[in-house]
Amino acid sequence: MKICSIQFTKSMETAIISGKGGTGKSSISAAFATLGGKVVLADCDVDAANLYILFNPSHEEEEIYIAGQKAVIDDLLCINCGLCKEYCRFDAIFSSDGKVVIREVLCDGCRLCSRICPQNAIKMVDNNKSRMYAGSFRNGKMVYGRLAPGEENSGKLVNIVREKAREISTNQNIENIIIDGPPGIGCAVISSITGTNNVVIVTEPTISGLLDLKRTIEITSKFQTKIWVIINKYDINSNMSDKIERYCSENEINFAGKLKFDSQVVESMVKCKSIIEYAPDSQISEQIRKIWDTINFK
Amino acid sequence: MIEPKNIRIAIASGKGGTGKTLISTNLFYVLQQNNYNVTLVDCDAEEPNVMVFFNGDEEFVQDVTQKVPVIDEIKCTYCGKCQEYCSYNAIFLLKDIKTIRILEDLCHGCGACSVACEYDAVSEKNISLGVIKKYHSDLQSTIIEARMRVGVFSPVSVIKAAIKEAGYNGIILLDSPPGTSCPFIQTVSVADFVILVTEPTPFGLSDLKQSVETLKTMNKSYGIIINRAGLGDHEVYSYLNHECIPLLMEIPFDKEIASHYSKGEIVANYIPEWKSLFENMFNSIYKKYGNSNNQR
Repeated sequence: MKICSIQFTKSMETAIISGKGGTGKSSISAAFATLGGKVVLADCDVDAANLYILFNPSHEEEEIYIAGQKAVIDDLLCINCGLCKEYCRFDAIFSSDGKVVIREVLCDGCRLCSRICPQNAIKMVDNNKSRMYAGSFRNGKMVYGRLAPGEENSGKLVNIVREKAREISTNQNIENIIIDGPPGIGCAVISSITGTNNVVIVTEPTISGLLDLKRTIEITSKFQTKIWVIINKYDINSNMSDKIERYCSENEINFAGKLKFDSQVVESMVKCKSIIEYAPDSQISEQIRKIWDTINFK
Repeated sequence: MIEPKNIRIAIASGKGGTGKTLISTNLFYVLQQNNYNVTLVDCDAEEPNVMVFFNGDEEFVQDVTQKVPVIDEIKCTYCGKCQEYCSYNAIFLLKDIKTIRILEDLCHGCGACSVACEYDAVSEKNISLGVIKKYHSDLQSTIIEARMRVGVFSPVSVIKAAIKEAGYNGIILLDSPPGTSCPFIQTVSVADFVILVTEPTPFGLSDLKQSVETLKTMNKSYGIIINRAGLGDHEVYSYLNHECIPLLMEIPFDKEIASHYSKGEIVANYIPEWKSLFENMFNSIYKKYGNSNNQR
């Protein structure tokens, strides 16, 4: 007989980020997502979502995400008074061949022009090409966002992806949420790390890597989350790698471990597998397992 | 000597870490050595790294600011019109207990609240978003760095200020931020030609496709550099063939290159062939996409 007990699973959220792009953040996220137990994987690099390539998730849910608005001018109603041009703070409105033109890529969607136009010639149109998707993959559930090119407010889309991931985590009783975050230190990064339990920063042993790491730590330190650092491809420059390790210990940042450059990581990607799935017994897979244990049990 | 023309070339990539800065710094270096009038603008304001590779005298630092509203609570009637006008949810208002707050992080500085207020209760102040720094070398070259302040939500204003500072005189190289959202668009929208740097992996290809689609909608001319050739697979080559996209250059995967880069060294200094490779690539772009001085 099975005794049922009500369990409240508290989600454990781990965000993998990197100030600098291309340090191996997504490969490491993919590895963490395939270590064993079921996970909810949230691809929050909404500007360049990639993990669906490896995991080919089923398509179960889709949500339209409105990423602000754009102003569109009706030439038939416009009397060329130029008031909108005067009011626009984003330099998005200008005259061309005696006509008022709004440059879509520069428009910030503030609506001011449409409000002050005496002719009501400017309408606001929703940016509705961005999407949030949710589905299943071989090791659990996956949520990801795709921001349509040129659309802003990626931070808000990240929030939607994360909310969905939490909802799935609670409903399906899956404890671990792995968040693959975006590069940089802007609003999408802030949204990716807010309220997580662990933030893993993946860096590389280059001067740029160290400088970006410092800026990333500066932003991450503003949050109540445990920060961990991984140096990827450390053997490209062992001196620099040592320097980064020293920087971490001097600043009391948890050092989770370092990984060697291994071309099997790229090979695994080509085969649409994580390194753990592709070469489970390799040294690098072993190292990644160790890092995961360090992050979760220390 | 080629006739002097103006050109803006953006070096971009959808995926981060493909080698944008490697290309832009080496291209800049080679043009600088040839005594061209060249300016490199580091538009990756979230993580600016160009100055890792160069020394230069700092000519000036300029603060980049944004206007945010200040509410005069003596004049304010808590009518809520400013809140209604704000498209960014940056005004927090509780009418019943006469409380109004500006959430500066969310404000985009559009000025709509000032227009909305009928009681003259909204004035504006400047807040800092970051800085642009200008560096000069002995040669005819300049570097402008856009650097967003940590904690600011969007780098767009700082990027715009740096591009404006560079003007349109001579050769302008723009080291673009990764991705295809606003920061990328702001950078490439002013370019005459875009060099997209990618790597021959599934992730690289997926992001390349997204960048290409974006550039197509913007009617931009572009070509591709494949970095770390030899790693990964051949899918990217089939894609370029199929879409008839010019392959400008291939850089083999080489630990020596990675090692120089990691130390902040200019690779063209150590691998002499790079000079002619970059020169040739530049000349073919310049010939076709450069603009005569008085054209704009």
